[in-house]
Amino acid sequence: MWSYALKRAGTTAVTLLAASVIIFAFIHVVPGDPIYVLLGDTATPDQIDALRHQLGLDQPIILQYLNWAGHVLEGDLGRSIFFQAPVLSVIADGAETSVLLATMTMIWVAIIGVPIGMIAAVRHGTWLDQGLSGAAMLMASIPTFWVGLYLILIFAAWLGWFPSSGYPSVFEGGLGNLRYLILPSLALAAPNAALILRLTRASMLDVAREDYVRTARAKGIRPWQVVRRHILRNALLAVVSAFGFTFAALLSEAVVTETVFALPGIGRLVVQSILRRDYPVIQGVILVIVVVYLLINLVVDLSYRLLDPRVELQ
Amino acid sequence: MSRVGATLWLQPFMARPIALAGLGVLLVTVLAAAFAPWLAPFDPYAIDPMIRLTPPNAAHWFGTDQFGRDTLSRVIHSARMALLIGSGVVVFALATGVPIGVLSALFPRLGHLLMRMVDVLMAFPALLLALGLIVILGPSVANAILAIGVGYMTTTTRIVYGLTLRLRAETYVEASRSMGAGTVWLIGKHILPNLVSPLLVQASFVFAFAQLGAASLDFLGLGAPPEIPSWGNMLAESRTFITRAPWLLFFPGMMIVATAFSLNLVGDALRDRLDPRFRQVFGEKG
Repeated sequence: MWSYALKRAGTTAVTLLAASVIIFAFIHVVPGDPIYVLLGDTATPDQIDALRHQLGLDQPIILQYLNWAGHVLEGDLGRSIFFQAPVLSVIADGAETSVLLATMTMIWVAIIGVPIGMIAAVRHGTWLDQGLSGAAMLMASIPTFWVGLYLILIFAAWLGWFPSSGYPSVFEGGLGNLRYLILPSLALAAPNAALILRLTRASMLDVAREDYVRTARAKGIRPWQVVRRHILRNALLAVVSAFGFTFAALLSEAVVTETVFALPGIGRLVVQSILRRDYPVIQGVILVIVVVYLLINLVVDLSYRLLDPRVELQ
Repeated sequence: MSRVGATLWLQPFMARPIALAGLGVLLVTVLAAAFAPWLAPFDPYAIDPMIRLTPPNAAHWFGTDQFGRDTLSRVIHSARMALLIGSGVVVFALATGVPIGVLSALFPRLGHLLMRMVDVLMAFPALLLALGLIVILGPSVANAILAIGVGYMTTTTRIVYGLTLRLRAETYVEASRSMGAGTVWLIGKHILPNLVSPLLVQASFVFAFAQLGAASLDFLGLGAPPEIPSWGNMLAESRTFITRAPWLLFFPGMMIVATAFSLNLVGDALRDRLDPRFRQVFGEKG
């Protein structure tokens, strides 16, 4: 187990290193001189010279990278041109919304996707299964922003049950503010619940083909006991690990949903920073999301291995 | 061959009426795109302030938008953009993914390096990667194709790599090699022909998800220029008027859903027809 964990952590570190080179290069390949990119269009020649010297942009590119990576490891992701504040604190401001939105989305995904997937698997091959699987494929084919706009139209504009946009922090307004996240999390949950539904179904059908399930049936254990004890437990392992990946992917998938509902999260921050040409913020968000994504994948992989020792390192 | 081939390919759809319906929707979309100027009742760019935001009626079946432009005509013309982006992304993903995947599987040393690079690219979530590329390249139709395509290049490469590894281990490939067949012969005679069906499956899924990706980029104002009719652009514009003119929200969205759903149905039907050994290479997401 430990050698596996070390190997896996090593791969993650190498991937992260390579990804960091790409992310570092980002600021050098966006249109325009990085200095203008960092200072904005209104910089004076003095400021430009000062920053060029300060950042060491006259140095070889390798040194520049090491310099940048050193700062990043100390938590310094640069300064936002628009906010005139450290990028890390700008991102931290959006983190509450994004993490809460992703968490609520995962709750919907779990309570919609898993039980319906189970029903489809148990009723495998019937019209019910075909209907549910077809519905899941339809859900995965609907753009989240379209669902979001319809939810706003019906539940905010017509019925007035939920607010249509924005999100005031729960730390200031209390837990009641979570109602601002109900419609966005539902919109974001739709395609992801569909994927989890299909995965739950597929993985239960996989397990149902195992020898020990046949043995259990042959012993005369009641069918629903076989499903509960033998199939479900083992099938849910794959599902739970997919939860990790989905959560990580949600942080970036939320870009569109946060824009529709005007939520002050990381996703909307990216879109606004693109429109404002605030490149250091875009770079910082990409870095943070990639790191979170890789770390969650690592944790999921390791816990999967811990729970199911049969899983081998490829 | 052609008649036998056609019945063979239609076979998975015959058993499933819904997949056949999906094929029908796609055919209609292609026809709409091809004959848009003749099918559209009005000029999609023609502005008429007198009839702005009119609900669907006998003259304007899908109503009009905030400039008095005919929604039906714009929906029909948008099919062109949808097909352009979708086929562009598919061509890009296949043109890059197939050579990289095949060569990686046949030359393990090179393959190890290339597949590691694919892993690195896969560390970037697809939409984030697309947004980053749009920032670098600037928003345009061609760049949207490229930005979305890179995300599917990686998945296509992985699938082709997995399939080619399996094929390479087949007895007939071994036999051919031991009789002195060169790499080019192996690729042309044994590998590529066997990749055609699984790649057709992959192409339908990529086409479907490219629709959704392009719609997202358009909606964020980072895809096709706003004056070009596309379903995503139409939805982005409809946002301001959703309570006053809900029909502007309905029709373009329905078209995105109809095409993406149809492509998924077709891909699913084709996948079930695949050789079982190849089927497991495809995850649930395609």
